[in-house]
Amino acid sequence: MDNLKQKLSAYKKHPGSLVVMLLVMFASLITFLVLFFLVIYILAKGIPHLKPSLFSFTYTSENVSLMPALINTIIMTLLSLLIAVPFGIFSAIYLIEYASKKNKFVSIIRITTETLTGIPSIIYGLFGMLFFVTKLQWGFSILAGAFTLAIMILPLIMKTTEEALKSVPDSFREGSFGLGAGKLRTVFRIVLPSAIPGILAGIILAVGRIVGETAALIYTAGTVTKIPKGVMESGRTLAVHMYNLSSEGLYMDQAYATAVVLLVLVLGINTLSGFIAKKLTKERS
Amino acid sequence: MKIEVKDMNLYYGDFHALKDINIGIEEKKITAFIGPSGCGKSTLLKSINRMNDLVENCRIKGDIFLDGENIYKDLDVNLLRKRVGMVFQKPNPFPMSIYDNVAYGPRTHGIKSKAMLDDIVEKSLRDAAIWEDTKDRLKKSALGMSGGQQQRLCIARALAVQPEVLLMDEPTSALDPISTTKIEDLAMELKKDYTIVMVTHNMQQALRISDNTAFFLLGEIVEYNDTEKLFSIPSDQRTEDYITGRFG
Amino acid sequence: MKEKIMKGVFLFAACASILAVGLICYFLLVNGIPGMAKIGVGKFLGGKIWRPNNDEFGILPMIVGSLYVTAGAIIFGVPIGILTSVFMAKYCPKTIYRPLKTAIELLSGIPSVVYGFFGLVVLVPFVRNVGRSLGLGGNGSSIFTASLLLGMMILPTIIGVTESAIRAVPAAYYEGALALGATHEGAVFKVVLPAAKSGVVAGVVLGIGRAIGETMAVIMVAGNQARLPNGIFRGIRTLTANIVLEMGYATDLHREALIATGVVLFVFILAINVSVSLLNRRGQNG
Repeated sequence: MDNLKQKLSAYKKHPGSLVVMLLVMFASLITFLVLFFLVIYILAKGIPHLKPSLFSFTYTSENVSLMPALINTIIMTLLSLLIAVPFGIFSAIYLIEYASKKNKFVSIIRITTETLTGIPSIIYGLFGMLFFVTKLQWGFSILAGAFTLAIMILPLIMKTTEEALKSVPDSFREGSFGLGAGKLRTVFRIVLPSAIPGILAGIILAVGRIVGETAALIYTAGTVTKIPKGVMESGRTLAVHMYNLSSEGLYMDQAYATAVVLLVLVLGINTLSGFIAKKLTKERS
Repeated sequence: MKIEVKDMNLYYGDFHALKDINIGIEEKKITAFIGPSGCGKSTLLKSINRMNDLVENCRIKGDIFLDGENIYKDLDVNLLRKRVGMVFQKPNPFPMSIYDNVAYGPRTHGIKSKAMLDDIVEKSLRDAAIWEDTKDRLKKSALGMSGGQQQRLCIARALAVQPEVLLMDEPTSALDPISTTKIEDLAMELKKDYTIVMVTHNMQQALRISDNTAFFLLGEIVEYNDTEKLFSIPSDQRTEDYITGRFG
Repeated sequence: MKEKIMKGVFLFAACASILAVGLICYFLLVNGIPGMAKIGVGKFLGGKIWRPNNDEFGILPMIVGSLYVTAGAIIFGVPIGILTSVFMAKYCPKTIYRPLKTAIELLSGIPSVVYGFFGLVVLVPFVRNVGRSLGLGGNGSSIFTASLLLGMMILPTIIGVTESAIRAVPAAYYEGALALGATHEGAVFKVVLPAAKSGVVAGVVLGIGRAIGETMAVIMVAGNQARLPNGIFRGIRTLTANIVLEMGYATDLHREALIATGVVLFVFILAINVSVSLLNRRGQNG
């Protein structure tokens, strides 16, 4: 209480400081209110429209089911991870465990990863269309979409894996080498297992990005509303489905409900990632 | 001589860390390396099983022989490290179970049979005098043990690959006095079967357990002798200054 | 032997990102430059009229559009973002810090379509009403709406980067200022924030990158009229929107013009990336 009084009297003496403090509080309030409002609004408007028919396995213009899109999203996610995760983890292993720090090649890789991180998804979509869809003649397909997304999430997986590998204490490596284990065994038996939570957090974050992605997919995976029979067929993911619903403007109720599913999915995925990362830091300390 | 170091010089980049080292280490004895921080004693220790290979910019000139074989030329580095085990300054058990920690080395060198591994784990833990403490929780994480237990586990882990030499880099500096005593007793016990080289900051420790002692200063070996002689009648003024506590 | 093979495998994987950047640059340029050349670089970049049916491909309206909404996003997002990050780093009580921090991190992951949808159903009607009551007209899909929405979307980015920049300033700076009699606010805004300047700027530039590259959310609220804007309550089309809206049915020169639009966007982004890494490097050196 005294503390508060002191503060108040200090503000009386410095009205300028008071104004600044109020500005800070006001801005923060806006930030959190706006962002919370967004989430609450979508949930409140959408949850009442979550009907069983939305989850029927075939899409018709009557039920506007999101199920096929949801299944496509899962397929797309698995496929993209299948491509990106080995590359991401292996290149992180190369950068942290093998390459010498002053290597020119390493700095080139760093620059290209930074570049990839900054490229907006529409550029990935454009590239995917030009390369996978047209040049390789895969057509609009799950496979073209998955490869495009794999490139998009590659830097994220590399970065988080690198951080996870860096956080493994050198004493583990020394212990393993000291017993006569080779580099490969040390990496796979000691370093990687210790880094798994960090890597997993990164992968889950990547899943969040894949699930929420639209611009990179419209012209690579296409917008067909069915569950594809193979990876060479087109299929829309949930986020693409969401975009189509809202731009058509015919099914606003279903659009709200779809937004809820998408939002909850992504927030859930990201919470999981954060949870794993936090558990990791707790164990380390 | 189990190990012989001949005209060895070691550089970290431009820094000349070890200068003209010549030393022979006797089999089944404890040899202590003493000297102030940064004098090169740990560096020499790590050269004996080539742990310095991991340091970037580290260059070594001269030769080190293990039973007459040149460790930098004639031996595969992983086999060398199997023969020359190491215990580190801070206990560094792997984040896995006690059993898996001890079994890691033998598995690395190709032992897969469960029965054999069980035997090795038990024998190693017994030799490291922590079998009684651990036999009921072999499957529990090694990270839950106390510091002293962890260090003895690391010794057991090193013993499990049946080395000939054990390098110990200040193995008790992170431990309390009781754990320290236990490790010292263990070292005395182990020298029946193993050649032990131990870096220590603690001159009392060197005096208590070692047979021979080398005193290092600024990257050189100033004096190397029977431990009792070195501590009672040092032949070099600098050794005398150090062991009587006038510097360091 | 196995060691060598696997080292090769790791090295090969590490080349993937180089290969990806190479392929992206190559395919964008090879498919975009010829179109740009056919139209004429001046006519393409400086042309005010985009009428693919008449073979008129001027993307100046879209360049201006992207710049307008990005500038608008900065006007809305940057002050609020920086003030919020000051709150997070220097005001926030410990008990609510964790939940708030988590909330911001989570919000940065909300998909752009969801932001766009929110903009469509909340911001567009809101702006339409405000515009009408002020007698400015417009149907709600406008530069203003897009700026507002993008400003929201870049908040988490700016807050995240700025907060860590503020936290990286040594505590001694703050304490030193207090010891000289500065108030909390004086110490934070006159000493700590200036010391964190390069990090703050990097955060803002990252936010700009995100705003200029944003596609789906902007399409849903900006109106997408391909003409030079005549008022902030009127609709506009961005570079990103241009690509998505017409790529579906474009052929021949029209298609090439859209890819060339992508090239222009790519160049903008690269310029922003380079300035971010320069800023980071400067931040590390000093």
